[in-house]
Amino acid sequence: MSTQSLATGPRRFPLVPTAALLFGALYCLLPVAWVLVASTKSGSELFSTFTFLPGSGFTDNVADLTAYRDGVYWKWMANSAFYAGVGALLSTAVSAVSGYALAVYRFRGRETVFNILLAGVLMPPVILAVPQYLLLAKADMTDSYLSVLLPVILSPYGVYLARIYASAAVPADVIEAGRMDGGGEWRIFRTIALPMMVPGLVTVFLFQFVAVWNNFLLPYIMLGDDEKFPVTLGLYTLLQQGSNTPALYTLVITGALLAIIPLIALFLVIQRFWSLDLLSGAVKS
Amino acid sequence: MKYRTVAVTTAATLAATALLTGCGSSDDTGDEQAASGPASLTYWAWAPGLDKVADIWNKGPGKEAGITVTVKKQASGDDLVTKIITAAKANKAPDLVQAEYQTLPTLVSNDVLADISEEAGDAKSQFADGIWQQTTLGSDALYALPQDSGPLMFYYRQDLFKQYGLTVPTTWEEFAETARALKKKAPDKDLTTFSSNDSGLFAGLSQQAGAKWWTTGDDKWKVAIDDPATQKVADFWGGLVKEGAIDNQPMYTPAWNKALNTGKQVAWVSAVWAPGTLTTAAPETKGKWAMAPLPQWTAGENVTGSWGGSSTAVTNDSKNKKAAATFAKWLNTDPAALAALVKEGGIYPAATAAQTGGALSQAPDYFSNQPDFYTEAAKIAQGTAPASWGPNVNVAYTAFKDNFAQAAKNKSDFGTALTAMQDATVSDLKKQGFGVSE
Repeated sequence: MSTQSLATGPRRFPLVPTAALLFGALYCLLPVAWVLVASTKSGSELFSTFTFLPGSGFTDNVADLTAYRDGVYWKWMANSAFYAGVGALLSTAVSAVSGYALAVYRFRGRETVFNILLAGVLMPPVILAVPQYLLLAKADMTDSYLSVLLPVILSPYGVYLARIYASAAVPADVIEAGRMDGGGEWRIFRTIALPMMVPGLVTVFLFQFVAVWNNFLLPYIMLGDDEKFPVTLGLYTLLQQGSNTPALYTLVITGALLAIIPLIALFLVIQRFWSLDLLSGAVKS
Repeated sequence: MKYRTVAVTTAATLAATALLTGCGSSDDTGDEQAASGPASLTYWAWAPGLDKVADIWNKGPGKEAGITVTVKKQASGDDLVTKIITAAKANKAPDLVQAEYQTLPTLVSNDVLADISEEAGDAKSQFADGIWQQTTLGSDALYALPQDSGPLMFYYRQDLFKQYGLTVPTTWEEFAETARALKKKAPDKDLTTFSSNDSGLFAGLSQQAGAKWWTTGDDKWKVAIDDPATQKVADFWGGLVKEGAIDNQPMYTPAWNKALNTGKQVAWVSAVWAPGTLTTAAPETKGKWAMAPLPQWTAGENVTGSWGGSSTAVTNDSKNKKAAATFAKWLNTDPAALAALVKEGGIYPAATAAQTGGALSQAPDYFSNQPDFYTEAAKIAQGTAPASWGPNVNVAYTAFKDNFAQAAKNKSDFGTALTAMQDATVSDLKKQGFGVSE
């Protein structure tokens, strides 16, 4: 956008786009700032002091949260890390293999498979939760770690992205050259294509990680045992304790703040691979 | 049983027949069989500390009977009802569930709950009639045991009432006068607000006026949300909102918390559990509030409605229904269990004997200025009007929120909103396949 305005009038400051972007940033960051400030307030300060005035209770809040039901919050965090980490890893692996296959091989029904996947992208996972529950109930697998893990392994969006990326980043010539040199299909995929697909797969991993981390309805329906809850569900039980018990707002806010830290850390670490993308994108085709 | 036949779906009817034959063939050997273990039960509940109460059972009477109960804490609300029904569809429901009274008909018409009248029916005398009737749904069956109740009361700021020369209203007419008097003396203050978010409060106020929203007759449902009693309540609050005597903003928002904490709102019509809410909503006004009976429609009466309250139910999926019923009965009638429920869960027990003395002999900390808080509360609870719920309370509640939010915001006629609520409820019942008499 800035290059365009530079081209038409080098000295003009792009006021409208900047204002729009600033507004967008504010719109996204204000709630985060609120959580940040609110988590420092003690229960008595939360609704009585000025909204953006930091309070004095952050360490107490964290201590209370840790003490709540013998530290069940950290158990939930560990569960979330497990569901999101393992789920995203497996999902990325499945996406890589299927995306590559769809991009590289010509076989009957390829477009049909791809179109079905596209339809799957349009299907919100929310409406699949109940059917998935009934299916897993038939297999007697509900209320287990697997019941949350299995449905997230196949991500239509991940496969779609991997296919698009593979067809752009893995030149047919390179694969052909590999075949000429006598490499098996699996070896070509693993040693030649996979490294080329890494930036795309990082994106798939990240999307899937965030999606599973924030997932609510699927674990909500699948799990009955609160020891297996991810952090989203756990915090919800703090909020909904019945009409005769007040919601534990301070704990929920502090818990929500702590729950986004792993996501932020993940983005910061993985950013490196994205800048790598810019360099490695210079492959001729 | 009469209740079940009202549900027209074949599944429900089939199940009812199965249950009838089941009742006939089982031989009645009393408590010995009920307590025959070993059984391991799961219990979905949301009340805090219930796991600790279950521990008492597991170490004491449960150990003797060989019945172990594991509490799996859930988030309360309508979503939980959906979750239970979904689980029951897959035959995966837990043995025991905590269920709010108004959700019992929904659960029963979905064939989730077992009839435990044989095992626990003799507990009837330990509860107020208005409470007990909510768990039998007016039939011979018993679908749950009452756990906690929420009789409505009037809470007010003692210091501000004194400052503005207000007296505690004993009738709704006086309540309206008090609201107007306060507005005259302090235009920036409100006696209270009408909250279009809290369907449960409106339902409770209507019960006090004598409303029976859902009834059955001739194998059909009759919906009377738009009845004279509820109309009276709606017109009363609508009138106050329209003339500006009270606020029209919803409760349980940060703004509302602030209004209570700063004294912008000086009273609150709420239930017996209000001290807990006030502790977090208005921490700075501790010791300045007092509780009085709910204003009456006819002077000198002692009638109140309920807001909230829940029960313990046994599901049809349970493989140890007798054991589950034994636990449910212990949990809600045994003095040790009730004392632990009060202490760990902060609940107001539905069992009459537990409403005074014991853990409730002292007023809640927030109301330390009113030492006889629970003695008064128990007297008020005696006059709890019966509530009659139907299989689509959630739909009626949503319709209430939608229509009354508009009416409160525009300060328009509440009667129209009430009619819309009635129509939405009736058409949903028909859509679900229930017979509805006009």
